[in-house]
Order: sequence, then C-alpha cells, then structure tokens
Amino acid sequence: MSKDWPLWEVFVRSKGGLSHRHVGSVHAPDAEIAVRHARDTYTRRMEGVSLWVVESSAIHASDPGDDATMFAPAEDKIYRHPTFYNIPDGISHI
Amino acid sequence: MPSLPVIEKDVERRAEQANPGGAFDPAPADSGNLALFDYLLRLGDDSLILGQRLSEWCGHAPSVEVDLSLANFALDLVGQATFFLDYAGKVENAGRDGDRLAFHRDVLDYRNCLMVEQPNGDFARTMARQFLFSTWQKMLFEHLTGSADQHIAAVAAKAVKEVAYHEELSAEWVIRLGDGTDESRARMIDGIDWVWRFVPELFDMDEVASAMAAQGIGADLAAFRADYDRKVHSVLEAATLEVPNDQRPILGGRTGHHSEHLGHILSTMQFLPRAYPDAAW
Repeated sequence: MSKDWPLWEVFVRSKGGLSHRHVGSVHAPDAEIAVRHARDTYTRRMEGVSLWVVESSAIHASDPGDDATMFAPAEDKIYRHPTFYNIPDGISHI
Repeated sequence: MPSLPVIEKDVERRAEQANPGGAFDPAPADSGNLALFDYLLRLGDDSLILGQRLSEWCGHAPSVEVDLSLANFALDLVGQATFFLDYAGKVENAGRDGDRLAFHRDVLDYRNCLMVEQPNGDFARTMARQFLFSTWQKMLFEHLTGSADQHIAAVAAKAVKEVAYHEELSAEWVIRLGDGTDESRARMIDGIDWVWRFVPELFDMDEVASAMAAQGIGADLAAFRADYDRKVHSVLEAATLEVPNDQRPILGGRTGHHSEHLGHILSTMQFLPRAYPDAAW
C-alpha cells in the first residue's frame, strides 16, 4: 500500500439550486478528513454551501485513445445544437 | 529586546512590599474596568498566541491540505484576538488599540494561558494541544454568547462557529493518530501527556475570573468542567487512548508568569513593528 494518502475529487455547490461542480482534488486518509480538507482548501472564501468528495479511484474515465470513436463523430452534427429554435422573449437562462 | 523585562523603580518598591509567602501577586480585580481589561486580555491573548504558534506550521505541515487547515485555524484565532484586543484598548481608554497591545507588551503583561504558548512539537502534539484547547474555548465562547457585555457576546457568537470546527478537526486527528499506526499512537500519547498538565489552568477561577463571572460578563468555568471532561474522555476512548493521570497543575499565565517559550514567540511576532515602527501595509 502506498504511504501517500489517497486522492479525492472535490465538488462544490456554490449556492442552493446549482449543481455541484468539480473544482479540484485533495489528499486525505479517509472520507471524513477529505471533506474537511476540501472545506479548508476550496471553500475558505465563501465559495460553497455544499461539498462532495469522491475517491478518485472510483471514477471511470474515457480512454484518450478512443477519442476518434468517442467524440469525433459528433463534430459534424451541428444540427444537434438547439440553436435552430426561436426562443420567446423573456425566457432567460437557456 | 522584546523578551527582556525592564524593572522600574516602582516595581522594585512594590516587590519589597509584596507577600513573601511565594504567592503570585493577584491581578487587580477591585476596579470593574481593570478586571474587564484583564479579562479581555486573557481572551485576546489566548487566541493571539495560539494563532501565532499555529502559523509556525505554514509551509511545514505534513501535507499542503493540512498546511491550509492550520493556517485557517491561525487566521480565525488572530481575527478573534483583533476583536478582543481592540475592545480591551477601548475599555482601558489609554490610547492603545489592538495592534499596540499585541506588539508593544512584554511577557509579564501577557495574560494567555500556558497551554497555548507551548511549542508545537510534532503534528500529534500540535493536534493534542488544539483538541484540549479548542474543546475548552468552544464551551467558553458558548457561555460568553450570553455575556452581559454585548460586545463580548457578539464576538463569542461569531467565534464559536470557528472554534467548533477547530475542535471537530483536531478531535478527528486525535482519534486517527491515537487509533492509527504504532508510531502515530506513541506520538499522540506523548502529545496528550505533554499538554495534560496545562488543562487545570484553563478552569482556574482566580479573582479576575470570579469577579467577571459574578457580574455576568465572564463565564463560570466550573459550569462546564464536567462537560469538558466528558467530551475529552469520549474522544480519547474513540482514539483507544487512556485518560492520563492528573499531574501537578501549572498556573501562572493569567498573571503574567509565563514559561520561557512566550518570550521567543514575542521576539518573532513583535520584531517587525518594533524595528520599523512606521511600517504599514
């Protein structure tokens, strides 16, 4: 086992109603300390109202080598953007 | 030099009249304002000196995350000290503000408890000190939120949230190091053992503390001694550590009789404003 503490990914909800957003990572020996390290590292200037931490090893990522099959096919399908609709006046945040 | 007290003629005269029985001179408690001034120095100096101590970890903590935790603690404490010492200056009404009190008093005029001036030692000892102090300070501030002095009550209400976090995090570390590896456990046992002798001073109800409690301004420390013991015992139990035997209590900080460590802290902390009195930032 490594002598280093495991890495945890940190997600902060900046205010009620918004989603948690990934802000970075911390090292910590366990989940409880990870939440506190996240608090001390990422919310010391009133950045958040809620914190999630997830052990980095629990995250399954796409393989950069698969970019051609994963992401390239979307490049020429601009019609999938919902920009062809007329948005009525007075509707914000869309 | 900040750590060398100047002995004035009138101090020598007072010394000749002093009780030769070995007791410390009681702090002046007869005048309401003097006692309040003294009480505010205690509150402010506890936070200031512990904040200064913790700031020594900056750049040296076991990890960058712990570095930030300790620096956050230090900043919380220095902020509390600023409120208490500025207010002490107003009560004294002699033209001194918080900075003046922090940077231009010598060892004998400091009123912090001995626990907070103890050297950091290793991380375990620092956390042992933090846990035993913050647990007390949180209960103290909880009581002070009901102080008859509205300014003290307001500062305590803000500070109690900060200190509650200090207590929580330091308790987590006491538990993890105590119930950790053989080495972390041995270090935490040493740390608790080192700090234990300074606990009784936290609860010492001397003249100033009694006078302030009687006026409803200060806290009756005896009121939360049992709660304190319960809390400390429960965390030590979770850490699978024995409660140490009580040692001979060491008193004196509240009357300016400090360990040799405080002078060294002040020489670092006070150097800049004393060497460069016009410095500003």
